[in-house]
Amino acid sequence: MKALAELKKSLGIALWFMALTFPVMVIRVNTIERVVEWRWRNMAFIGIGSFLLSFAWRLLLARKERGRGKTDTGDGTIPAVRRRLLAAPGIRQPALAALALSAAAFPFLFSSYQTNIMTTALMYVMLGLGLNIVVGLAGLLDLGYVAFYAVGAYSYALLNHHFGLGFWAALPVGALLSVLFALALGFPILRLRGDYLAIVTLGFCEITRLVLENWNEFSFGPSGIANISRPGLFGLRLTLHEATIYFYFIVLGLCLATLFVVRRLQHSRVGRAWVALREDEIACEAMGIDKARAKLTAYTLGAAWAGMVGVLFAAKTTFINPASFTFLESAMILSIVVLGGMGSIMGIVVGAFLLILTPEYLRAFSSYRMLLFGTVMVLMMVFRPQGIVANVRQVYRYRKQPESEGCAGG
Amino acid sequence: MDYFLELLIGGLTRGSIYALIALGYTMVYGIIELINFAHGEIYMLGAFTALIVASVLTLHGMTGLSVLILASVVAVLYAAAYGFTVEKIAYKPLRQAPRLSPLISAIGMSIFLQNYVLLAQTSDFLPFPNLLPALPFLDPYSRFIGPTEFVIVLTTALATVALSCFIKFTRLGRAMRATAQDRGMAMLLGVNVNAVISTTFIVGSALAAIGGILIATHVGRINFAIGFIAGIKAFTAAVLGGIGSIPGAVLGGLVLGWTESFATGYLSSDYEDVFAFCLLVLILILRPAGILGRSTVQKV
Repeated sequence: MKALAELKKSLGIALWFMALTFPVMVIRVNTIERVVEWRWRNMAFIGIGSFLLSFAWRLLLARKERGRGKTDTGDGTIPAVRRRLLAAPGIRQPALAALALSAAAFPFLFSSYQTNIMTTALMYVMLGLGLNIVVGLAGLLDLGYVAFYAVGAYSYALLNHHFGLGFWAALPVGALLSVLFALALGFPILRLRGDYLAIVTLGFCEITRLVLENWNEFSFGPSGIANISRPGLFGLRLTLHEATIYFYFIVLGLCLATLFVVRRLQHSRVGRAWVALREDEIACEAMGIDKARAKLTAYTLGAAWAGMVGVLFAAKTTFINPASFTFLESAMILSIVVLGGMGSIMGIVVGAFLLILTPEYLRAFSSYRMLLFGTVMVLMMVFRPQGIVANVRQVYRYRKQPESEGCAGG
Repeated sequence: MDYFLELLIGGLTRGSIYALIALGYTMVYGIIELINFAHGEIYMLGAFTALIVASVLTLHGMTGLSVLILASVVAVLYAAAYGFTVEKIAYKPLRQAPRLSPLISAIGMSIFLQNYVLLAQTSDFLPFPNLLPALPFLDPYSRFIGPTEFVIVLTTALATVALSCFIKFTRLGRAMRATAQDRGMAMLLGVNVNAVISTTFIVGSALAAIGGILIATHVGRINFAIGFIAGIKAFTAAVLGGIGSIPGAVLGGLVLGWTESFATGYLSSDYEDVFAFCLLVLILILRPAGILGRSTVQKV
């Protein structure tokens, strides 16, 4: 009886979606040749797809409802299987060694095309980790992250174009300029509430792009800047293949440094302040945390990484124009953070590789890339808001000292 | 002086469209405190549906006003259905979640809908036929106001009045106001909160679709990305007027329309969108409650 009701429900949903998507999916009007193309096959796909998916949807939703009561009791005190596995030194060290070895050997085993893709993925890992400070740790939804990325890229491109500044000198300069930019922006806007902040940062992102596009004297407009020099290695002349490998190692090194720094930051005093801020602002203020300062540190540190990766991006592609810095880029970085798990370093690494490599290797998917990102964002929020690799809260335990047992509260 | 009048009417037209979309934002925000990022996409879907229906009808030999009316009705119904479905999928399961979750889900939905239209239809700009009949009584003023501008302003005025009456005088409208004030209390008093939220999305989406059809008629071409900028601008309008307030949304829309119109007319047309964003940033920094909004104190 129950199964029949479920079946009826799904059938209803399938019919609803078939009707809903009818004009967009089925009809396509060719306005030039003035013919209507009827694509009935799409309708059948939608019907079958939504019929099956509605079962999965309800099943997952029911599972989540059941799971909610369970996790509330033992929050983070029982380590998950993954954590236990990683914590065991017998597994952890060989795994890390194998990972390091394969990362080091990668450019020598695969073509420079593959190396390039891997470099891109690593750059997105860094971007994800940078945005993670802002969104994941401090809970500030920044939709204009790509503006700082643009600042970094343009500062290298312009400094290189006008003054011939090299890559290594531009790297800290780009990061610094992004930080200054973030300070100037963050100061007035960071006191806004979450959703307003999101829209203002989005606005800033669009303003940056529009200014870059229209201010021809400064940024060369939509045509962009070409012939940006690649990073040099003590004046050695490198072939394109060697340069790619060299660049891969630069990015890998910076990525490892980022991982280290972000890890340390997360458990530092300011890192804990961020997490507290994310959870409850008012309680945070009551505990004596300087709200404005904590937010500003998160925002500017996040921007520093964006600026750095911006410099890397300009050096990698040797050509930049404003079209690389649209809102969709911000959305992509955000979906890396969301998919991986907000606040979880491991998750973001996994998320970045998944989201960047899947469309690269499954070419059939590449045009569905943005569709995939949108879907990922909705589904993750609905079913697994903590991401694929959930962040495990650091638990601090007080060890009872033998002499203080007698005097309670002392 | 003529140039000034031209800009004034241009701003009024633009502002009316922003107001129509802003109404949906403001209603949704008033009830569930969520910036519905997918709202701009609903507007785009409304325009697309109208275009598709109108093209099919024209190819089958229908002409004139009847095409416009039929296409508009279908588009409004479809947009309402999309709004309803989006709420059920992306927001309803997240009622109890932290604030950031529905916001991210909304952004995801917006990206999804854009690419859905992009993949199912086309990435090119499609010409949108102007199906409005000539209005002879406007001829003496044709230098300032054309039939599309006239219809846009008139429709916005009618829609706003109708919406205000709906919220003020009907049972459902009262339930909406109650839910906006205190959802928990409304639920205790027997208001079907889920139905109220659905209605809000349906009404807001229908208004957005009307805006979409009107702007498509005015500009004459549409593509899958028109919802993004329009959505942000309408949000700006809603914030400008005071989010949650219906007269505020209209006022905000008009102020934004005039700002853009005069700024592009007297300053520079390259930075059209920049003016709107600057206005948004300024208003949020200086007066986050908006022109008509009251600032609320958060209580613990």
